[in-house]
Amino acid sequence: MSTAGLTLLHARYQALETVRVPIAVLGTMLFPSLAMFFFVVPQSAVAQNPVAATAAVGQLAMFSVMSTCMFTFGVGAAEDRALPFDPYVRTLPAGPAPRLLGRMLTGGGFALLGLVPLILIAWIFTAATVTAGQALVSLAVVIGVALPFLGLGLGIGYSMSSKAAIAVVQVVLFPMAFAGGLFMPPEVFPDWLDRFSQALPSRAGRDLLVQALTDAQASAAALPVLLAWGALFAAFAVWAYRRDEGRRFR
Amino acid sequence: MTQTPVVEVEHVTRRFGATVALDDVSLTVPPGELVGLLGPNGAGKTTLLSLVTGLRKPDEGVVRLFGGDPRDPASRRALGTTPQETGLPPTLKVGEVVAFVAGHYPDPMPAGELLERFGLTEVAGRQTGGLSGGQKRRLAVALALVGRPRLVVLDEPTTGLDVEARHLLWQALRDYHADGATVLLTSHYLEEVEALAQRVVVIGHGRLLADDALGSVLARVAVRRVVVHLPGITDHDAQALPGVVDAGREGDRHELLTSDADALVRALVTSGREFHGLEVRGASLEEAFLTLTRETPEVVA
Repeated sequence: MSTAGLTLLHARYQALETVRVPIAVLGTMLFPSLAMFFFVVPQSAVAQNPVAATAAVGQLAMFSVMSTCMFTFGVGAAEDRALPFDPYVRTLPAGPAPRLLGRMLTGGGFALLGLVPLILIAWIFTAATVTAGQALVSLAVVIGVALPFLGLGLGIGYSMSSKAAIAVVQVVLFPMAFAGGLFMPPEVFPDWLDRFSQALPSRAGRDLLVQALTDAQASAAALPVLLAWGALFAAFAVWAYRRDEGRRFR
Repeated sequence: MTQTPVVEVEHVTRRFGATVALDDVSLTVPPGELVGLLGPNGAGKTTLLSLVTGLRKPDEGVVRLFGGDPRDPASRRALGTTPQETGLPPTLKVGEVVAFVAGHYPDPMPAGELLERFGLTEVAGRQTGGLSGGQKRRLAVALALVGRPRLVVLDEPTTGLDVEARHLLWQALRDYHADGATVLLTSHYLEEVEALAQRVVVIGHGRLLADDALGSVLARVAVRRVVVHLPGITDHDAQALPGVVDAGREGDRHELLTSDADALVRALVTSGREFHGLEVRGASLEEAFLTLTRETPEVVA
């Protein structure tokens, strides 16, 4: 049994389980679109400026994939671990890789799905615009910037109980999104916050995505910053999975 | 000695915080055996199985599965287990769960054959959340066999089943064992172990209390407890009464464990000795073992 084959197997059944609860899929699709509709569309200064509107889509897309990765799949992993089926699956002859990679595939897939309504709203109601080439590159970038957050989410999910995971994800997600310029563009940040922001994975991901969408140059540090966080979060996820022995009781 | 044992547990200790779940336990299971693991709740049975199936690591000692580390997925290729509770993914259909598990093994049993064996053919298209308790349990045990494992580990496979379903499962397990597989199962029920196991291992308080053929263990379980006031008789004298295997005190009364309570009572009466407050109780399985092993804490083989 190859790792790739097992990864697809795990991804397929995780996707199937997710789809069987349609409201969970809808939930992840709705939030970024609603944010777009209520916070961006009514501000004509942003909505009617092609560059600003497109950047706003990039920011919300970044937030959307971050939150999908960390909530649906980070908290989801913690919830699964509490189920009696989880220790059973761990006795099957598959190591951590197929399960983690399978989750990444499904997580990534659903995060992309969540972007569809966001893009539709932007297309219909704002001046946001991309070329076909930019759209394709952005798609690849979205996947790339999502991966570190999947690692972080899974690391959290495998290292604590689901109740603790929900709290930690919230505490990490929202400040990181705000400081990363996902709710307000970093151009309005004071200087110190802007500099601090550049060291964050959310900001690095946002800059890379906005660059792909609008040709606004991201700083040279953005990619190395994202890769470094990505390596750290991936290591965290693998470490957490390895030490996990199912739910702990004291 | 030429065959690698299926399971080797060597001087294994596992703690959870201050609790010692397993205390220096050793156990070897050669291929083809059907071993029943008996013991009260909290004795360490489930912990032992979790070490064998690679879910946990021992704090001390070594656990080997087919000669390898059970934490290594390759060692688990010929292992089949079952979820302890009926914890199946509720939204997946029966056929899907079977296909998912089957996808992990090189030569799985065809789903049709497996579902047939366990009487689940009609519910193959139903979500597991909609199954009855008995159907869930049967599916759980069926999952243990999907990959044609050479070792099947079952943690209380029939808890909560009615008699008919239990017998159906027992037959399925006997058939599978007859095909050459090794089976390791835990149970609270003496009846279940009696129906299935050839060898019985008893665990209590994290220690191996007995490891013997089914017959010998049953003989030792058939112990009665006689509690009685015997004025003027020392523990030592009590121990010498006919049929008494162990003597102790329960409050101010003598507590005598005997394999033949009738003979003991008869002997007490005919001896003309003064006695009162006589009580005869069946010793429970755990009582029998815990008491029997109190004076000889070593492994009785």
